[in-house]
Amino acid sequence: MWKTILRRVILMIPQIIVLSLFVFILAKMMPGDPFTGLITPQTSPAQIARLRKEAGLDNPWYVQYVDWIGRALHGDFGMSYQMQRPVTSIIGERAINTLYLSILSVVLTYLIGIPLGVAAGRYEGTWIDTSIQFYNFISMSTPGFVVYMLAIALFGFALGWFPTSGSISVNASGVIGTIGSRIYHIILPSLLIAILGNASIVQYLRSGIVDNKLEDYVKTARSKGVPERVVFNRHILRNSLLPIAAFFGNVITGLLSGSVFAETIFAYPGMGKLFIDSVSGRDYSIMTALILLYGILTLLGNLLSDIIMSIVDPRIRID
Amino acid sequence: MADKKKTDQQTVQATDAKGNPIISAPPSGWRVIFREFTHDKGAMVAFVIMMFIILAAVIGSFFVPQSRYTDVNIMWQWARPGTDGLILGADESGRDVFASLIVGMRNSIGIGWGVAILIELIGIIVGLCSGYFGGWIDNILMRITDFFMILPALMIQIVVITIVPKFSIWVLITMITALGWMSTARLYRAAVLSQAKRDYVLASKTSGSSSFKIMFFEVLPNISSLLLVDITLTFATSVGVETGLTFLGYGLPDTTPSIGRLISYASDPVNMQNYPWSWLPATLMLIILSLSVNYVGKALQRAADARQRLG
Repeated sequence: MWKTILRRVILMIPQIIVLSLFVFILAKMMPGDPFTGLITPQTSPAQIARLRKEAGLDNPWYVQYVDWIGRALHGDFGMSYQMQRPVTSIIGERAINTLYLSILSVVLTYLIGIPLGVAAGRYEGTWIDTSIQFYNFISMSTPGFVVYMLAIALFGFALGWFPTSGSISVNASGVIGTIGSRIYHIILPSLLIAILGNASIVQYLRSGIVDNKLEDYVKTARSKGVPERVVFNRHILRNSLLPIAAFFGNVITGLLSGSVFAETIFAYPGMGKLFIDSVSGRDYSIMTALILLYGILTLLGNLLSDIIMSIVDPRIRID
Repeated sequence: MADKKKTDQQTVQATDAKGNPIISAPPSGWRVIFREFTHDKGAMVAFVIMMFIILAAVIGSFFVPQSRYTDVNIMWQWARPGTDGLILGADESGRDVFASLIVGMRNSIGIGWGVAILIELIGIIVGLCSGYFGGWIDNILMRITDFFMILPALMIQIVVITIVPKFSIWVLITMITALGWMSTARLYRAAVLSQAKRDYVLASKTSGSSSFKIMFFEVLPNISSLLLVDITLTFATSVGVETGLTFLGYGLPDTTPSIGRLISYASDPVNMQNYPWSWLPATLMLIILSLSVNYVGKALQRAADARQRLG
């Protein structure tokens, strides 16, 4: 068990190194340098040259890379060009908003996905299964941003049920009022993310149930006279739910990549929106940090999935 | 080479209802797919819709005068649908929305096909090398694939598009391809792996065929039904990625008519509520195109998969 996890973590190290090299090269290709954020109209060219030398920008690239990694490990990604503040604190403020959105989205994805998967698997071949399959086909095929757009036009503007931008309303007060306002602002985006993003859960659960139905232990249980309800809940469903648990990491990974569109369209101040804002403001230090962060989070998501998988399914453990 | 035909047909049921082997030669892979596809009514409807949109966009764009979608016309600013013969009205700068829609569809479809063809090429080459040679070549190629999978694709596409000094449509196509080939390569690898140890490959190897010849002239034809399925699905995905990038403002430039730009009119709440004709047709068009192309792809997938055949 622990051996598997350790091995998996060690396998991740070269990936992180290559990722950081890639991001470093990308950062070098961008105009500007790590202290662009410090330069004001009062800074003279001589000062800039001195700053460049002090920051080691005249060193060979590998020295610069090691320096950069060293600073990044200490959480120092330089200064934001636009906001004149450390990148880490800006991202930190936004990350919490993305975290709220992601948590609600994950919860809703599972809340919607599991019943649908169970229904589709249990009533395989009936109209229930067919309609769930069709719904999944639509949710997988439609580009997400179009759906966000239509939903915001319909529920946000035309019907006025949900707020169309921001993460909290200006006049929210008190603990309940603040939390309520926050939830009210993320309910529509996270519901949409959940509706569009549950296809893999539904499909895995459905095929798990369909496969398990034919297993010998299910036949044995039936022939022993176990009630059908118990056969389904204890024997079929429990075994089919395991792989879904392992999907958790992948769901998080999917959420991250989707967050750019969702947050931009809903004008929600999270990391995805921060990225788009920093691109339009040419804020390269933030862009670099966010790409590295998203890559590492994706790696961690995959790691989490593999670990959960090796816990629930001992067969795939590597010895 | 005689073996090749046999493996192609292994998936086809070889006995009749009583269990007696069928003497006549079973239909070949492509014919089975075609027959399956024509028997699927939903797929045929989706196919007709898809072809209608593609042909309307490609042929229609020849008949649209360029001035309709490039020239700024103040008299037509936010013109309602129906005024002055503008079928879908005009946008902020008085450009004909219908003309922009037709030409925008053509641009998106063109980019989508370009990306899909490039992705299939990369996928086939990587998949064939990885699956056929195995060993360290497979290991290296798959680690590279894994690495590309973890990259935040959308972010890198946006960053490269913004820092590239001379932006052109090829930069866009390259970037979408560069971060979209991984699942296709894995798909082909899995298919090649299932072929690589078959008798016909071993026979060909023994008689001295070069690896190149075995890979491209013997293994590839046997997995060719995958190409049809995957290119369709990749096309749908690529159109989505391109319109998404353009929608965010980092795809096609503002002067080029595109679906993404038309949809992005909706990102301004004022336009969204007051001028629905500027963004709604493009939005619906993209949804219809995505659904029909994906449906065709899924139907082809079902047809190519022996276990899911309708009969």
